[in-house]
Amino acid sequence: MSIKENEEFRPKIVAFCCNWCSYAGADLAGSSRLGYPADVKIIRVPCSCRVNPMFILRAFEKGADGVIICGCHPGDCHYSTGNYYARRRMTLLFSLLDYVGVEKGRTRVEWVSAAEGVKFSATMNEFVEKIRSLGKNVRLEDLRCRN
Amino acid sequence: MQRIGVFVCHCGSNIAATVDVKKVVELIKLEPGVVHAEDYQYMCSEAGQEKIAVAIREKGLTGIVVCSCSPRMHEATFRKAAEKAGINPYMVEIANIREQCSWIHKDMEEATKKAVILARAAVAKVNLNAPLKPGESLVTKRALVIGGGIAGIQTALDIADAGYEVDIVEKTPSIGGRMSQLDKTFPTLDCSACILTPKMVDAAAHEKINIYTYSEVEKVSGFVGDFTVDIRKKARYVDMDKCTGCGVCQEKCPSKKAPSEFNRGLNKRSAIYTPFAQAIPNVPVIDADYCVKLKTGKCGLCEKVCQAGAIDYTQKDEIITQKYGAIVVATGFDVIKLDKYDEYAYSQSKDVITSLELERIMNAAGPTKGHLERLSDGKAPKNIVFIQCVGSRCSDNRGKSYCSKICCMYTAKHAMLIRDKYPDVNVTVFYIDVRTPGKNFDEFYRRAVEEYGVNYIKGQVGKVLPQPDGQLLVQGVDLIDNKQIKMEADMVVLAAAIEPESSVRKIATMLTASIDTNNFLTEAHPKLRPVESPTAGVFLSGVCQGPKDIPETVAQAGAAAVKVVGLLAKDKLLTNPCTAKPDELLCNGCSTCANVCPYGAISYEDKLINDHGIRETRRVASVNSALCQGCGACTVACPSGCMDLQGFSNRQIIAEVDAICR
Repeated sequence: MSIKENEEFRPKIVAFCCNWCSYAGADLAGSSRLGYPADVKIIRVPCSCRVNPMFILRAFEKGADGVIICGCHPGDCHYSTGNYYARRRMTLLFSLLDYVGVEKGRTRVEWVSAAEGVKFSATMNEFVEKIRSLGKNVRLEDLRCRN
Repeated sequence: MQRIGVFVCHCGSNIAATVDVKKVVELIKLEPGVVHAEDYQYMCSEAGQEKIAVAIREKGLTGIVVCSCSPRMHEATFRKAAEKAGINPYMVEIANIREQCSWIHKDMEEATKKAVILARAAVAKVNLNAPLKPGESLVTKRALVIGGGIAGIQTALDIADAGYEVDIVEKTPSIGGRMSQLDKTFPTLDCSACILTPKMVDAAAHEKINIYTYSEVEKVSGFVGDFTVDIRKKARYVDMDKCTGCGVCQEKCPSKKAPSEFNRGLNKRSAIYTPFAQAIPNVPVIDADYCVKLKTGKCGLCEKVCQAGAIDYTQKDEIITQKYGAIVVATGFDVIKLDKYDEYAYSQSKDVITSLELERIMNAAGPTKGHLERLSDGKAPKNIVFIQCVGSRCSDNRGKSYCSKICCMYTAKHAMLIRDKYPDVNVTVFYIDVRTPGKNFDEFYRRAVEEYGVNYIKGQVGKVLPQPDGQLLVQGVDLIDNKQIKMEADMVVLAAAIEPESSVRKIATMLTASIDTNNFLTEAHPKLRPVESPTAGVFLSGVCQGPKDIPETVAQAGAAAVKVVGLLAKDKLLTNPCTAKPDELLCNGCSTCANVCPYGAISYEDKLINDHGIRETRRVASVNSALCQGCGACTVACPSGCMDLQGFSNRQIIAEVDAICR
């Protein structure tokens, strides 16, 4: 893919945000008017531990170019330990994905608290930038799903 | 398939200025299941809610999508509206097109496109929603207040006056907190102890208030209405029931080398001590680090002199387990450590002190009996320099980015009190800005300048240099006259930033209450729910939420108490119906889900299962919906995929993923 094409490339990015910290952080980014690209679409989940690896595989299958999971900082989980489960599961899943050709940069876990609007916006900007540099994801995509 | 109505809110111009709401309505009508779509200026208004009700009635809607602000803002509003109009409140989903769309995007085409996608995802989810019914849980009519400063005392008094039992847990040997260390209070200059001690006595005497001093919260479990808390009552080595508070033990104690916490380490105290004369309870504790008897087994003098026979060297820490309906955090603040600010020579000279130390020096019960004197040589100072914003409003990472809020006022107070008592002492204040919003605050500051002749210099101090003769050379800059200043001082007082008490992080973790990067506890909403934590049943009082002065703290303490009373007044609470639910046909009883459940909500039972005609007894998971908090950990852990979370089911989330990636 040429650089020019890359500039016009608008990735599809799914962000799973836990209800207590990161979703509130995203709201704070919004009310503070801290922008990030519209490519990011947020799905609210009660906790980062609700994110089933299946959801991430499904996203890539349906044509997502990047998936990010945001939860409370370690130790601050609303459900005490949920984010630890998420961290372990995702570590394993991401290395598997990397092995099958979905580069590590396309998947990410980030801790964003309810007070970190700035961090949320910065993280999303950075992540989108990264996905744009990686270009379209071709692995795992079910070509029958293409429009 | 549901019959879905989509309602797109303009939010005045908040959404409509960036998102083409008409276009969203037009495109969302094409989605499967959508039978009605409309836009309106303010969906949350009464007229807006009425539109939803009318559409439910006329179009026979079974599911609702509101494209508006964050669900954290108005999900409850729209759920209530739907319920009133006769459909299950959990058939409502919100597409957040304000905080997560219109407010962060500038390009209308792009924002509209995103709004449509977010709406599609919500429609896809609602299509799979099922009516849910919240359960009920009982409310324990007892509140816990963590911290026994003015915030905690006031909160406890207000809750107790409303007729509910309150326990205060205070980690030091006495209640009173920071306010008990202050000499006078601004802007009225009344004596801090004179207004605080009656409240301490009221709290101690109140039949509904139970005070655990020298105690810490060790463990918290449960949820709103039904918390179970372990409190560690540290060994006092003094029997609280027998002690008469005569004080002889403290006089006779031979070990008098412990730094006095109450006097900020400026003088020493005995190993057996009460922190200050008006302490409540007036029962001393033995500091095991300094007590000769506890360390070596010899001495035992206090036991000999105690006529009440209250000394008990064998006392052990005690764990008290108690149930509470609500918990208030009132852990207060401390002054920051000044090791990163060595340019002010705090560690090098005894005559460079913090304002809180000055407070103790000015106090009649303090280390100098209230005489203003240099700690190095006991001489009366002639020139005193105050330095403002030490660690506050800091742009580098040495200090705090926030304004500590109280320093401008207490410095004006100190300056005024010194000039009043010692008119020949010169007082100079270096400041960045003087911030005095508050009733009678600016008048107070102006009195310091105009009536008391305090010399205010706008500018920062670069360095304080201790001289060989014991004087302090202050080098600063006057920003108004734009010149360098060098002046000699006998004493330098630093208005050090305040920060939340160090134990707050541990407490926040136990309560799963969110905390910001400065360790202040986060409110449920910065404007509309300032005394509640996002964690239900946890409330905030005083400086643990953000810097405040005494009147603000007392006001917030009352507000937190009202919220607690509002909760405790209920007999039952509705529980979150978004709980885990196993598919018994798929469950193989492996116990994986129970192992990850943080609430112990999952158990196993032998149940007669009819699996496509095969009837057999199997061991299957069973979720106690009163205990389940709906985190979803089990849903992912389940190897056979039998566990699902109601309201956030696998199919619902996948439908959202599909809609977004389409």
